[in-house]
Amino acid sequence: MAAASKKRRSPVSPLQWLTLLIVATFVIVPFYTTALGGFKEIGELRVNPFGLPASWDPVRFVEILGGPRYFSSLGNSLLIALGTVVLSTLIASMTAFALAHIKFFGRNFIMGYLMLGLLFPSATGILPLFIKMRDLGMLDSHWGIIIVQVAFSVSFAVLLFHNFFKELPKELIDAARMDNCGYIRIYWYITLPLCLPIIATVGVFNFVGSWNSFLLPLIVLNSESKYTWPLGIMQFQGQYGSDWPRILAFLTLSIMPAIAFFLLAQRYVISGLTGGAVKG
Amino acid sequence: MTTLSNTANAGASVAPRRWRYVERKSLLPLLLFLPPALILFSLFVVLPMVDAATFSFFNWNGYGPITDFVGLENYADVLTHRNFGTAVRNSLIVVAVSLLIQLPLAMWCAIALAERSVSINVMRTLFFLPFMLAEVAAGLIWKFVYDGNYGLLPAVGSAIGVDMPFVLGDKFWVIPAIMLVITWKYFGFHMMIFIAGLQSIPNEVIEAARLDGVKRWQIVRHIKIPMIRSAIVISVFFAITGALQLFDLIIPLSNGGPSHSSHTIVTFLYQFGILRMKLGFGGAVSVLLFIACVIVALAYRRILFRVEHN
Repeated sequence: MAAASKKRRSPVSPLQWLTLLIVATFVIVPFYTTALGGFKEIGELRVNPFGLPASWDPVRFVEILGGPRYFSSLGNSLLIALGTVVLSTLIASMTAFALAHIKFFGRNFIMGYLMLGLLFPSATGILPLFIKMRDLGMLDSHWGIIIVQVAFSVSFAVLLFHNFFKELPKELIDAARMDNCGYIRIYWYITLPLCLPIIATVGVFNFVGSWNSFLLPLIVLNSESKYTWPLGIMQFQGQYGSDWPRILAFLTLSIMPAIAFFLLAQRYVISGLTGGAVKG
Repeated sequence: MTTLSNTANAGASVAPRRWRYVERKSLLPLLLFLPPALILFSLFVVLPMVDAATFSFFNWNGYGPITDFVGLENYADVLTHRNFGTAVRNSLIVVAVSLLIQLPLAMWCAIALAERSVSINVMRTLFFLPFMLAEVAAGLIWKFVYDGNYGLLPAVGSAIGVDMPFVLGDKFWVIPAIMLVITWKYFGFHMMIFIAGLQSIPNEVIEAARLDGVKRWQIVRHIKIPMIRSAIVISVFFAITGALQLFDLIIPLSNGGPSHSSHTIVTFLYQFGILRMKLGFGGAVSVLLFIACVIVALAYRRILFRVEHN
């Protein structure tokens, strides 16, 4: 592949490079000004929008890192995201395993039923969902969010796992069955270790979805101490109004972990998106 | 082995003697593996939609018994609500902007970035970065960019001697402002789908056309774009469903304002159904949204099927 593309004379024309650079500027500028804005004084923002700040005093960053809100809201988000990923991976892979490898009456029906979730976005039923969670005593708890997010993620995760399991060599499962190995042990000792790439894809995908989610925590959580970071940052912005340097510092600190994570895991994010999109 | 293949064919051929609905050995794993997903999915995805449909025929504030049956009144209220029309119009504008600006931009970038090299990889990652960012964070970053007093836009305006309006406080400018953010946030996602499609085109096809002296843009126009039709259908589908569920980005940017001019369907649902605990009204909005989503999804499957088998 690399050799083939080297032979081509110029894969990207000058006109294309020019537009790419313009688009790149358009993408970068908001990030750039946000990152520098945390160091600037408020008056500086207006007179010196693109230049480097007059001083690199990190006072706002230090204050935020030392404050109560930053680490607790990030910690809450991390806890919810990890809980969602672990549970969703486990539950969806078990279901997909049963649907892909065990023959039983009604399995196409169950697959079709679970795929109904791909027809409409989870926000659609959010109001009755709130009532249901209230009646079950799941409001204002991290567990409530985790469980509901797992439910939301089931359709897509089962689809990805199911597609992957069907590709596994059938002989492997049959051989294990001949050796009197039960399905539960086949799932745990044979299938799961073979499907690490798809676990990574589903896991990263659900992690990002949970980390960024806003509507569900907004509706479920009441206590500030339980807020996830998107709620925390909205509240911070509400509290400091237009003290933009402070808000930009908070924003910078909040999105940095996500950007670092994305740069490390982008391969899995992209394969989840395109794999699911193309096969779904 | 024989039992496996027997049960596999059982539905089609004459049922063999040993065939049962479930093999005894697979009963326990099934009872262990299936219920968790089925219960969670039924309870928190399917049942809420059924409830929404039920609520939509009643007048209910969320407390006490549901008794006040009002027939189709809630639907009439939703459809005649003056801000519902605005919300639908805004969602349609999002779809139009996605199809006319965002997807062509994504295609342009994808064609340039479908090759493999280091500089290209850096750019691809950069363009995809806004998509990974939480909507709330993206909304707040752009709220700063647009801020009338300290933001980037007025700073640029005063540098070139133009007085910029407070775009997010202006009933007209708020919509183009939001569209720009949507393009910034999502074009990289569509670009990635197109790149995946372009990379699946066999190299020989392109090479053969090139050796025949076909020009670069003719290759794009007559070979590359037709060959990734299904990626384009997928992209259009995501653009439409994304527009139907747009929420997180709007709340920090404009919160549906000024004077409810920038609502989308879900922010409308949030503002007038959830915050006011009007279950019936909200249920009616949910049902209408659900119907729209199902129509889009079914149309998508049909069109994708036709494109792939053509």
